[in-house]
Amino acid sequence: MIHSLTGAVELGFMYALMALGVYITYRILDFPDLTVDASFTTGAGIAAVMISHGQAPWLATLAAFGGGLAAGICTGLLHTKGKVNGLLAGIIMMIALYSINIRIMGKPNISLLNTDTLFSGVASHEWHDFRLAYIVVLFAVAIVVKLLLDAFLHTDLGLALRATGDNKRMIRSFGSNTDLTTILGVSLSNGLVALSGALIAQDGGSADISMGIGMIVIGLASVIIGEAMLGPKRVFWATLAVVVGSLAYRIVFALALRAEFLHLKATDLKLITAVIVILALVIPTMSRSAKQKQQAKRRTAELAAGMRGKGAI
Amino acid sequence: MLEIYQVSKLFNPGTADEKIALMDINLKLNEGDFVTVIGSNGAGKSTLMNIISGVMQPDIGDVRIDGQSVASKSESERSRWVGRVFQDPMAGTAPNMTIEENLSMAYARGKPRGFGWAVTGRKRALFKEELKRLGIGLDARLRAKVGLLSGGERQALSLLMSTFTRPGILLLDEHTAALDPARAELITRLTEEIVRSMKLTTLMVTHNMEQAIRLGNRLIMMDKGRIILDIPPERKQDLTVQKLLGEFERISGHKLADDRVVLG
Repeated sequence: MIHSLTGAVELGFMYALMALGVYITYRILDFPDLTVDASFTTGAGIAAVMISHGQAPWLATLAAFGGGLAAGICTGLLHTKGKVNGLLAGIIMMIALYSINIRIMGKPNISLLNTDTLFSGVASHEWHDFRLAYIVVLFAVAIVVKLLLDAFLHTDLGLALRATGDNKRMIRSFGSNTDLTTILGVSLSNGLVALSGALIAQDGGSADISMGIGMIVIGLASVIIGEAMLGPKRVFWATLAVVVGSLAYRIVFALALRAEFLHLKATDLKLITAVIVILALVIPTMSRSAKQKQQAKRRTAELAAGMRGKGAI
Repeated sequence: MLEIYQVSKLFNPGTADEKIALMDINLKLNEGDFVTVIGSNGAGKSTLMNIISGVMQPDIGDVRIDGQSVASKSESERSRWVGRVFQDPMAGTAPNMTIEENLSMAYARGKPRGFGWAVTGRKRALFKEELKRLGIGLDARLRAKVGLLSGGERQALSLLMSTFTRPGILLLDEHTAALDPARAELITRLTEEIVRSMKLTTLMVTHNMEQAIRLGNRLIMMDKGRIILDIPPERKQDLTVQKLLGEFERISGHKLADDRVVLG
């Protein structure tokens, strides 16, 4: 039980980088980018190929980040310069990347067992203290990336990026080229997603061509769950919420799989994820409109009563 | 300062909906000119603003700022010279960002945006000083999200954001039209103060005749894509709404038709 929970926490921290990427596009740029489903595999594939060819794991991880950046630039260019609808641009790049990923990897599955990865140092030791060290390292990675992203979002360029999603017309009137900021945001997002893919491949000991399928929905689930738990606030809290959301998603999922009376299989993951996202999207909207209706009713009744009292009606 | 030279613009050229938006417009603004623009619906006032700011390109003609043609420059490149306040109070500010962040983006107008901190202690002190000039208490709310402000407060902030970096040209596109009378009056007063104290070269479109007469040193009237009347400073002083309406009818041959026009 504890073992599966520590595993969930580890995964939660690694997938948090992917969720931070989704946060940049979905929340900051208001641009649901589906490239994520394929760029995750791109990152995993680049890292796996380089490591299995004897390159240093850190270099392979860095290259994976670069591969994600490049994929994001393509989607961004397609959307801004090619004026292709955002969803469509993501889908087109997703399909194109599938073939590219196969080319990168050379085969649908690359095993990294018995090769040195970023995590070899930790994995070679026996359970307990070293397991804890593993979690601490992954926690540190997620938090450092989060803090770097926070810092970037408070620079002049970062403000222009945020304003691009908040009020394009305004930031353009102050001299920012919103095409460039959009491309930058989508690129950075996919870089983080690919970085996450590279970590997951090294942790799990393999890269698989289909490992990214459904990643966008998992990313959305993490963002939305985190917001529901911490509330959408300033950048610092918003990105923290994404990390917390990623952790919560993994823990809930691990618990659901352990609960034998539910008879769930690992392949049910995607259905559960979809249901979580649907609930998280639908419930707030419904409760908001119900609340508004109620408030309008109360306020009108108040006003009407006040007027009757004065003899106006 | 600003020269508009033989500018023409057609909408939907070659289709059944073809419409002359601007026809052979020539306009020269001298440094420090404050020009108000009035005209009927579809006279081309907003199109003129959009052509100066680079949102639209003229079909023929040229726009020069400081003697230099800006025809090939995009909207974001022209923002170095041109400050703008829109009619919609929501349009000029980013609602999910704080007051100081919005001001910081305005502060970076026309400069390359890099990895420097957007809000520093020095900038914050400057923003506070500037906000105090508005006199509506925003200087105490630097870290409040702009989305929490009222329409009037947001428009006052927009006005400050587009002026405190001293743009070469200030474009005001019916920027008080969407506000209630009290707030419109506040924004009008602030506009007058800011433009006068900073000596900004300003072009203001308005549907309020009284405002058009009271503000500025020059008044132009547009109709059907043309400038039909250009009233210089010496004649503007003894102008009244009645005289202006009479003048418009005499030249254009029809009554001034604007469903939102306010006579004063």
